Amino acid sequence: MCDTCGCGEPGSSVTYQKPGENQHSHSHGDHLHTHHHEHEHGDHHHHHDHPHDHDHHHHEHGHEHGKTIQVETDVMQKNNLLAERNRGFFEARNIFALNLVSSPGSGKTTLLEKTIQALKQEMKFYVIEGDQQTLRDAERIDRVGAPVIQVNTGNGCHLDAHMVNHAVKQLNPEPDSILLIENVGNLVCPSLFDLGEAHKVVIISVTEGDDKPLKYPTMFQHSDVCIINKIDLLPHVEFDLELCKKYALQVNPHLTFFEISATKGEGMGKWLNWLKENVAAHGQG
Amino acid sequence: MHEMSIAMNIVDIAVQTAKANKAKKINSISVEIGALSGVVPEALEFCFEAATQNTMAQGSQLEIIFLKAEAHCQKCGTKFETDQFLNICPSCGEQVFASGGRKLQVKAINVD
Repeated sequence: MCDTCGCGEPGSSVTYQKPGENQHSHSHGDHLHTHHHEHEHGDHHHHHDHPHDHDHHHHEHGHEHGKTIQVETDVMQKNNLLAERNRGFFEARNIFALNLVSSPGSGKTTLLEKTIQALKQEMKFYVIEGDQQTLRDAERIDRVGAPVIQVNTGNGCHLDAHMVNHAVKQLNPEPDSILLIENVGNLVCPSLFDLGEAHKVVIISVTEGDDKPLKYPTMFQHSDVCIINKIDLLPHVEFDLELCKKYALQVNPHLTFFEISATKGEGMGKWLNWLKENVAAHGQG
Repeated sequence: MHEMSIAMNIVDIAVQTAKANKAKKINSISVEIGALSGVVPEALEFCFEAATQNTMAQGSQLEIIFLKAEAHCQKCGTKFETDQFLNICPSCGEQVFASGGRKLQVKAINVD
């Protein structure tokens, strides 16, 4: 339930919860909130007693009814503005934020666990976990000792800048830290939504098809880093590592690759070095 | 189905513009969608009615202007329009990646 207006259908609402907390806050996207509000309380937002309403039919341009107003506004404008606000906050506090995107089951959460375990003595990590349902991923991150907040998107297939803005306020990451945002497992929708991150990191596992970069090019085009996970399984699957990288480079020639096994540790050193170097460079920039 | 979020953004932009122009009712919203914008027109149409419920745009028409992407074959120089990112050149059969087609904007609204 939304504590402002008492509205909210479970399927369409977003919740924010930290492991071990009983109470959770809750918000809708701005529009949805207004939408429900109007629904619950009658359309008080619709009453506009403007004295000039009767003038409105004067400017017709070949239309049968009404007048046409040129808008020319980017549909993603609101998200992009909020993402830039997030980015400004991260810059002011020198927070290095990564947006991790992939299909479900590529090993994002395991990668986060292992990354945090390896570097938590030298760096401070914060995590935002995005999933449609459950606290399970946040509980895993909590067990490796990083402050974490779970965003449950309900029916939503992606995180947006508004959700991250809300989650960051609750998480309150301290200066000179790293914020890892694990997006909802989905290789399509999250590519459209800038969250304010420094880099998108796309993760693909060798149990998926090696032609995924061609089938889902948008996500690979928007990412700076591509992690190929579960390479310990390469002998058992028909996944052509070089072909996958070739396809990925075709859609985005600027990708940096890491071939790793998050569970076995293989290749993790290079990824951790990249992280350390970029955190240091971010601080100087 | 990120099209629901997209539909709600579209309705938001339209309602704000209509209110700023002191309109009473939105008759139609025209939206430009690039072929490579990541938005499926059919899915957007499906979500649009729900997104307009209890807003000034309830009952309005969604007009979609679909913009194709462009492809330019590096091998033979053929230029063609396409809906796909990855294409086969119709002249020489070379693999060609498309560019553009990413526009996603509310172009205009018609109001009373």
